[in-house]
Amino acid sequence: MATFLEFIQQNEDRDGVRFSWNVWPSSRLEATRMVVPVASLFTPLKERPDLPPIQYEPVLCSRTTCRAVLNPLCQVDYRAKLWACNFCYQRNQFPPTYAGISEMNQPAELLPQFSSIEYVVQRGPQMPLIFLYVVDTCMEDEDLQALKESMQMSLSLLPPTALVGLITFGRMVQVHELGCEGISKSYVFRGTKDLSAKQLQVIDKKTIKKPSNPENDWKGERYASRPCQPIEQETVCRKIDMNLTDLLGELQRDPWPVPQGKRPLRSSGVASFYSYFLCVLQCTFPNTGAHILMFIGGPGTQGPGMVVGDELKLPIRSWHDIEKDNANYVKKATKHFEALANRAATTGHVIDIYACALDQTGLLEMKCCPNYTGGYMVMGDSFNTSLFKQTFQRVFTKDMQGQFKMGFGGTLEIKTSREIKISGAIGPCVSLNSKGPCVSENEIGTGGTCQWKICGLNPNTTLALYFEVVNQHNAPIPQGGRGAIQFVTQYQHSSGQRRIRVTTVARNWADAQTQIQNIAASFDQEAAAILMARLAVYRAETEEGPDVLRWLDRQLIRLCQKFGEYHKDDPGSFRFSETFSLYPQFMFHLRRSPFLQVFNNSPDESSYYRHHFMRQDLTQSLIMIQPILYAYSFSGPPEPVLLDSSSILPDRILLMDTFFQILIYHGEPQWRKSGYQDMPEYENFRHLLQAPIDDAQEILHSRFPMPRYIDTEHGGSQARFLLSKVNPSQTHNNMYAWGQVSIQNIVLQVFMDHLKKLAVSSAA
Amino acid sequence: KMVLAPVIFPNEIHSLPYSMFFSLLLILQIQVIENDKASRGGQIYATNIRGQVPPLVTTDCVIQDQGNASPRYIRCTAYCFPSSSDMAKQAQIPLAAIIKPFAAVPPNETPLYVVNHGETGPIRCNRCKAYMCPFMQFIEGGRKYQCGFCNCINDVPPFFFQHLDHIGRRTDHYERPELSLGSYEYVATLDYCRNNKPPNSPAYIFMIDVSYSNIKSGLVKLICNELKTVLDNLPREEQEETSAIRVGFVTYNKVLHFFNVKSNLAQPQMMVVSDVGEVFVPLLDGFLVNFQESRSVVNNLLDQIPEMFADTNESETVFAPVIQAGMEALKAAECAGKLFIFHSSLPTAEAPGKLKNRDDKKLINTDKEKILFQPQTNIYESLARDCVANGCCVNLFLFPNQYVDVASMGLVTMYTGGTLYKYNNFQVHSDGPQFLSDLRKEIGKKTGFDAIMRVRTSTGFRATDFFGAIYMNNTTDVEMAAVDCDKAITVEFKHDDKLNEDSGALIQCAVLYTSISGQRRLRIHNIGLNCSSQLADLYKSCETDALINFFAKSAFKAILSQPLKTIREILVSQTARMLACYRKNCASPSAVSQLILPDAMKVLPVYINCLLKSCVLVGRPEIPTDERAYHRQLVMSMDVADTQLFFYPQLLPISDAFPTAVRCSEERLSEGGVFFLANGLNMFLWLGVSTPPELIQGIFNVPSFAHISTETLLPEVDNPYSKKLRSIMDYIQSNRPYSMKLLIAKQREQAEMLFRQYLVEDKGLYGGASYVDFLCCVHKEICQLLS
Repeated sequence: MATFLEFIQQNEDRDGVRFSWNVWPSSRLEATRMVVPVASLFTPLKERPDLPPIQYEPVLCSRTTCRAVLNPLCQVDYRAKLWACNFCYQRNQFPPTYAGISEMNQPAELLPQFSSIEYVVQRGPQMPLIFLYVVDTCMEDEDLQALKESMQMSLSLLPPTALVGLITFGRMVQVHELGCEGISKSYVFRGTKDLSAKQLQVIDKKTIKKPSNPENDWKGERYASRPCQPIEQETVCRKIDMNLTDLLGELQRDPWPVPQGKRPLRSSGVASFYSYFLCVLQCTFPNTGAHILMFIGGPGTQGPGMVVGDELKLPIRSWHDIEKDNANYVKKATKHFEALANRAATTGHVIDIYACALDQTGLLEMKCCPNYTGGYMVMGDSFNTSLFKQTFQRVFTKDMQGQFKMGFGGTLEIKTSREIKISGAIGPCVSLNSKGPCVSENEIGTGGTCQWKICGLNPNTTLALYFEVVNQHNAPIPQGGRGAIQFVTQYQHSSGQRRIRVTTVARNWADAQTQIQNIAASFDQEAAAILMARLAVYRAETEEGPDVLRWLDRQLIRLCQKFGEYHKDDPGSFRFSETFSLYPQFMFHLRRSPFLQVFNNSPDESSYYRHHFMRQDLTQSLIMIQPILYAYSFSGPPEPVLLDSSSILPDRILLMDTFFQILIYHGEPQWRKSGYQDMPEYENFRHLLQAPIDDAQEILHSRFPMPRYIDTEHGGSQARFLLSKVNPSQTHNNMYAWGQVSIQNIVLQVFMDHLKKLAVSSAA
Repeated sequence: KMVLAPVIFPNEIHSLPYSMFFSLLLILQIQVIENDKASRGGQIYATNIRGQVPPLVTTDCVIQDQGNASPRYIRCTAYCFPSSSDMAKQAQIPLAAIIKPFAAVPPNETPLYVVNHGETGPIRCNRCKAYMCPFMQFIEGGRKYQCGFCNCINDVPPFFFQHLDHIGRRTDHYERPELSLGSYEYVATLDYCRNNKPPNSPAYIFMIDVSYSNIKSGLVKLICNELKTVLDNLPREEQEETSAIRVGFVTYNKVLHFFNVKSNLAQPQMMVVSDVGEVFVPLLDGFLVNFQESRSVVNNLLDQIPEMFADTNESETVFAPVIQAGMEALKAAECAGKLFIFHSSLPTAEAPGKLKNRDDKKLINTDKEKILFQPQTNIYESLARDCVANGCCVNLFLFPNQYVDVASMGLVTMYTGGTLYKYNNFQVHSDGPQFLSDLRKEIGKKTGFDAIMRVRTSTGFRATDFFGAIYMNNTTDVEMAAVDCDKAITVEFKHDDKLNEDSGALIQCAVLYTSISGQRRLRIHNIGLNCSSQLADLYKSCETDALINFFAKSAFKAILSQPLKTIREILVSQTARMLACYRKNCASPSAVSQLILPDAMKVLPVYINCLLKSCVLVGRPEIPTDERAYHRQLVMSMDVADTQLFFYPQLLPISDAFPTAVRCSEERLSEGGVFFLANGLNMFLWLGVSTPPELIQGIFNVPSFAHISTETLLPEVDNPYSKKLRSIMDYIQSNRPYSMKLLIAKQREQAEMLFRQYLVEDKGLYGGASYVDFLCCVHKEICQLLS
């Protein structure tokens, strides 16, 4: 084995797993002293183009409380055709189809390189995908037009078997029926009250049907109600497609007049509520992949789920209002959307929110919908921006096989070996309340279960999973024993197949008293930082900001005390090994990130940032915490520079990636104004100017959601985005009058000094 | 059995032998009508004389407005009012006017002039607010005028000033309709408009029940097909090319379907509203459209509706939410209008206004019978109030196969000035033509929308009671969501003081309304009546047809609160008392046993008897409750001509060379004759068993009596018999508000029973005295009163 860094990288590439510790302390007591828990970031659908799915089903351990999947770590007796479960030690007979196995002829799941393996479930019907568009019509014509175009674009990308539905809302909620000829039919509901499922069912009774028999449907019930329709199917294919296109084409702004000084009446809450029921009614099987795409142009102003009144003079709640308990609608609306999100999550339906407006739209209240269901949350200024258009297009990205890069109705189950238990998960999931032998009593995040529902999955979706070592101090683990964890992800592939991806990993145990060096060397500070950050953000959602920061600081100090080398009460003597060296800096940036600081952010923005932080993989999450700053100069190739104000120089071009923003800083403006770049003899200069733009484009093209692109220069108004992110080590303190917030935005150096002092303090 | 005394009329002083009694009866009703026709028919009747009794409603003549409203607009029960209330009490003659403010006038009479005073608006008396009219007396050289109603002296507005001539009349008397005519219109100013905003043009909303039975019967298809053409005939102002009325469409069963038929749509849009508990209008723009502009989308929709629901098996319907939806739509569009609802069944679906079958024959002839005529729930009453407040008139076309509770369902129609139509067991082939004819007529009717009527009187008496398809929030303002050319309001007057014989009794009826083009107008009808302290003058000026109209409406209104038995007794005793008073005070002395009737009331007993025998007042289990409620509702808005025909049908011997009406009595029928009977709702062709074959051939195009099928419609045959019959039918039908379906009754066959109900002088099929028996009874009462 090479270095831990290589090992970590290899593991991430192969299994999508990053552990905070790659050697585990062998007892419960020692584990708690490690400060950072044994935990992992896990990306269930990690892209593995080299991993062809296997066309048979996994072999399971026969013990009913275990049901672990046969994996490369299992002991196999080829002669007796037996295998021993590495989690419960049950000896299992191979099924008859495995009669031919031998040491020379091993099934894929026994090969070490298949620690992650994907099975295709052959049983059961192929299930269609459902895409339900829920569209706010209270918006400007240009916005609506742009949105219509985007929706039409997405329709053209849907697979032929997909079912689509359309709900529009404004003052009222309109459920459109697709596929009737000659007339466009819709059901209209008041936007002020939730009808019960039963009341809705009365109308939609006929809509619960499988699309498998389209001919019957068409002859028998030409005009029967059916809000969802396959967009393409045999002879009727084009008609329905055209029908929806026409329908979208004729979609008009909400016609009801909006009096002066009022907001338009917008029934977001009711619309989302109905959309959920419609999806349920459409699905003859639970867990059918369904995406509810909500396009929102402003805050809900009536009915359940309203977030602001319609009087324009009363602004939408701010963090200040919420802290002062002055936000009248927040609790009720949140409750409404939480109930909805929970129901949707239970039935396996994904709710996406695409909110584009200059003001807030109520993402704070609605965030649980995408958060619980693994849906997307996109926030923009207008639907008529490339930010929205391209982001939305990226939702429908396809893989090499032409399938959407999204999974539906996923469940993640975790099996652990006896010495370790699962405490909980943080990410776009909900608990399935599945108790089992590997569930820890100590809950972290969404805990108390070994199974979670992840309704919407994509190759980036990453969960943080927290474990607890339960082995007692006096029960030594045999030499060479390894702790194993199996991640079993079942999901509906966008092709309609049900698939099971199984990842089995194992890590060595080490006695912390004798082998602390080993454990320290196995520390993955990047993963640890993100895992701690997720915990902090999770707590921030429910607790007061200062408490979380205090907790975070205490953890950091404890880590320093545990793993730093120092002489008591001598801050100058403090040394941190390389595996820990970056960790304090991550924490420094995390403290001042918008995930923990709400200052200068609206509640919607905070919800938006946190939403993305809680689901992205390690690399992206790191960028979010600590933006990347590249410098471009004549002196050499672009190089990463410190995220510090000292990096800002007049003759330096900078590219900053904060995940949500890509910023190019051109230094002094006269550079470009001089126009040298247009002269043939200064081609070099032109290349220099172009290089960061090209690099930025590359990021812009791959990231979801598409970042805001900012092109600025020294003294430009937009330069504030850069200045707000860099460590204010230099004179900026005075220049930009940051004095008032310097308590929060302390300089990195000061932070580090302080940290050292506290870490070495014998009083602590 | 009592011995009948001869009937003596004042102008036939000489005693008649008993044997002549029957012959007198024979000529009675018919003869009065024919006499009036002979003496006044075809002539010009000028309304220049106060208190002049107009020709009978059955007499055709040309009416010239010369200062009093034409009898087409106002008819009174008496044209000479008793000068004191004591005298009125003594005579027991109801003092009432039957006002038909939007009556159609024949083309040879002048339509109403429209007076426009611009922004100042109509000139009104400062005190009583009466409008300028021929009853205003100009004084002080024309600078002031004295109100004829309250005697207040008002200044003449400067712009209106005109000098007086030598007889004290303004020199522009004949140039201004408001000075010289009984009826005219004013253009109203913004003060007379809702919210001080000029009204929008009205709208018609067609609301079609698309539940199973209507689809199955083919009715929906029939309606949709008809609407495609009939909408070209929406009413419009004389001078306009097209109608300003907008149209909208709704279909419904348990839920409501609204349609967007905006002209720029490629195809109509359907919006389903299932929230019938709290119904609302799901769209703003495109629901009400100009038919000409949206023709292709509307026609597309009308083509699709029958197909769309072709496979429906929904049999439950809602009703109140439908009206509510229509009203909300008009409200949202800020206009008045009419709903045309085509409905077939009892609304049993779970929704406001849900009805259950509560038809209980056991209640008949008990004190609780009135319940059958009252609505089941008070939702309909509050709905009616809202409709009236928003100028929403509800026309209801019912197609029941069983009990549908007309009393409840028709209530909103009744209060909003709408018309109720009912087609029992509707069959497209046999009832279709009648329905379509009604529909065309209803859509084309000249109508005033969002109307409010006020009746002002000169001092000494006032309007106390109003009957009709109206709604009243207070005691004086008659509100009508709409009032069309067939709706009449009967107004009863009572004395509060002595009337001045010189100035007479003046009545001004003002209707503020929105015209079909969306103009706010005032229609003024004035009539001056005489006053007298002589009972003889009163009896001379009575009009029996108007009296019957009043008696019918007041009796039909009373059944909501009183037992039928009481009402019948009151009718009989009032008749007797009216006649007894005449006998006592006006007739020359004669034997008590003689029955003496005033000239103008010769036919009163026969009509009162007909009224007593109407199915509304005769409770019998055989008569469907719905039928009684239906008749009751129709009569409430009828005018004098309609009630006259309704209570005493016209019976014509078609087989005669020149058919003249005969008495409605079996003895007038002959086995060899063909008789035609009409009452305004139904038409019958009665065929005697030995009708000559050529007549049968001529009318039915079949060889013999036995070949005639009662199921078929009357064929159009090109021969004199058929033509004559059809021209008679067309003539009778022409001025009637309802289309009559022709039923063929062959003598001694089942259908004849139905026909016999209408032989009103005979003993009734379901009880009710014959004319002779009734006359005896009245006579007995008179004798008692006199002794």
